[in-house]
Amino acid sequence: MNKRTSPTRRFLGGAGAIALAVLWAFPVYWMINSSFLPTSTLTALTPTFLPFGGSWANFNAVLFHSGFARAMGWSIAITGITLIVSIAFAFVAALAISRFRFRGRRSFVLVVLLVQMLPAEALFIAQYQMISSVHLLNTVIGVSVIYIAVVIPFTVWMLRGFVAGIPVDLEEAAMVDGLSRNKAFLKITFPLLAPGLVAAAVYGFLQAWNEFAVALILLPDGDKQTLPLWLRGFIQSSAVQTTNWGQVMAASTLVAVPVIVFFMFVQGRMTAGLVGGAVKG
Amino acid sequence: MSTPIVTKDRAESSIKTARFLFGNRGQDGKRRAPKTPYILIIPALVALLIGTGYPVVWQVLTSFREYGLAQQFGKPAPFVGLQNYVELITGSEFWTIVIRSVVFCLVTAFATMIIGIGVALVMRAVSRVPRIILQVALLLAWAMPIVAQMTVWTWLVDDRNGILNFMLSKLPGVDMIGHNWLVNPLSFFFVASVIITWASVPFVAFSVYAAFTTVGEEVLEAAAIDGASRGQVLRGIILPIIRPVLAIVLLLQLIWDMRVFSQIKLLQDAGSFGSQYDLLGTYIYKLGTGSQDFGTASAAAMIVMFLTLGLSVVYIRRMLKEDAES
Repeated sequence: MNKRTSPTRRFLGGAGAIALAVLWAFPVYWMINSSFLPTSTLTALTPTFLPFGGSWANFNAVLFHSGFARAMGWSIAITGITLIVSIAFAFVAALAISRFRFRGRRSFVLVVLLVQMLPAEALFIAQYQMISSVHLLNTVIGVSVIYIAVVIPFTVWMLRGFVAGIPVDLEEAAMVDGLSRNKAFLKITFPLLAPGLVAAAVYGFLQAWNEFAVALILLPDGDKQTLPLWLRGFIQSSAVQTTNWGQVMAASTLVAVPVIVFFMFVQGRMTAGLVGGAVKG
Repeated sequence: MSTPIVTKDRAESSIKTARFLFGNRGQDGKRRAPKTPYILIIPALVALLIGTGYPVVWQVLTSFREYGLAQQFGKPAPFVGLQNYVELITGSEFWTIVIRSVVFCLVTAFATMIIGIGVALVMRAVSRVPRIILQVALLLAWAMPIVAQMTVWTWLVDDRNGILNFMLSKLPGVDMIGHNWLVNPLSFFFVASVIITWASVPFVAFSVYAAFTTVGEEVLEAAAIDGASRGQVLRGIILPIIRPVLAIVLLLQLIWDMRVFSQIKLLQDAGSFGSQYDLLGTYIYKLGTGSQDFGTASAAAMIVMFLTLGLSVVYIRRMLKEDAES
């Protein structure tokens, strides 16, 4: 905050900031607002800006009559497997590259970074072929195998930073005091790493939970869908007559709100992880 | 500092530590490579080889083969050399789509940068309360899953009941009710670009704002005492400090906007499906899933991969440097 700023400037700045905030939050607000209103209200000539007279009817319809629960089950299974496997694998790999200097280390780091930058959008035809040739289309495992490879690189990179931030001296000191190597790691280093692991897990959760393109290709069967696919299908089936916007927005809200909540936890670390040391100057 | 008392026991255990961390020396005194790090990276490496390595190899090979519907059902796929690439490069449709994608990417990435930097400047200029309100709003937009983003934006720009047409029609002499934004290809891509910009500005704004906060208050005060104008301070002090962040954020925007698929695909669901609404991502998707022409699709995918990897090399270099410094 600059001390020279005059009150008028300050007021204008504040007003500008609020205007920008309204502009950016409006679509999210509009989604939630519309989700409480009946479609007859939504298709009236004048829009309704506040959800007065709204109800949970849209949510009821979506939750209990549309396959939402089944899609949620698929999402949970795929995301769960992806997370457990990729966090475990990425964690030990991060230990290797931040605690050891070994021949091939640089190549491994390069591979991790390269894979992270590979456009999934330019690979999904090949992934489709691979998964279909081993008869894993429309299965949890088929999607998870691809997701794990997508989540691992950034997770390795993120955890590398966390492990490197914990001085080796701490572990050594504990070992000098008579703890075994494993115990020293479990009792000293691991608790310090917990926040990093949580952040990496939330990041992986967001990636797997929101993923659309790979799921679209690997789950062609309409009954076996993750939440993003289900949401897309829901709009399409609703649009066959006139789009039931109230229910579509309720469905959209159900998909988005848990993600928004989780996202708030890791936002700071995501920026730091992507931009890296550049922020430090 | 007290004098260290080293018992035999402790000395042994710290030798163990040293061995664990820096590798074993055998009885004969020759240095052996430590096995531990290799064991630790194996799981991740195997996962990457299966999920990414195999598809990449398959794609490279297939891009040199004739691989269509017949091959799907077991016919052998003959090597045809560069034929798939030649067909793509000499055909006009592919180039139209490449150029369209590049223009779309450049416009969207630079719009995102300019608006993002502007938003970061606003964050820096205002006091705490409006800044936090702005940050929360940006986070909300950033956190929206792509499919939910596209759903709500389709509803915002809906021709009959969308709020956008309603608001525009409030302007004197304008009647937009019933105007479909997704029919004209230019308008279609304009909507796509606006949505992607809306969703990407928060990342840029937060990164640039974080960079601003690293500029020391004392430096700015010293500059003010020396009589530097606002413009001079911005150009002479702030810009050089935040330049590396700007470079890397721009790079990421270019890479991400070049490989955009989901947004275009979902917007096509809502509007029109023809090839004049395609960017590279959806073009490859249609080649692969629609016409089952995997050979050509692979060749096109390889070209996209080289396009984005070319950009990525710069980013990867920067990250490797950071790794070497840590």
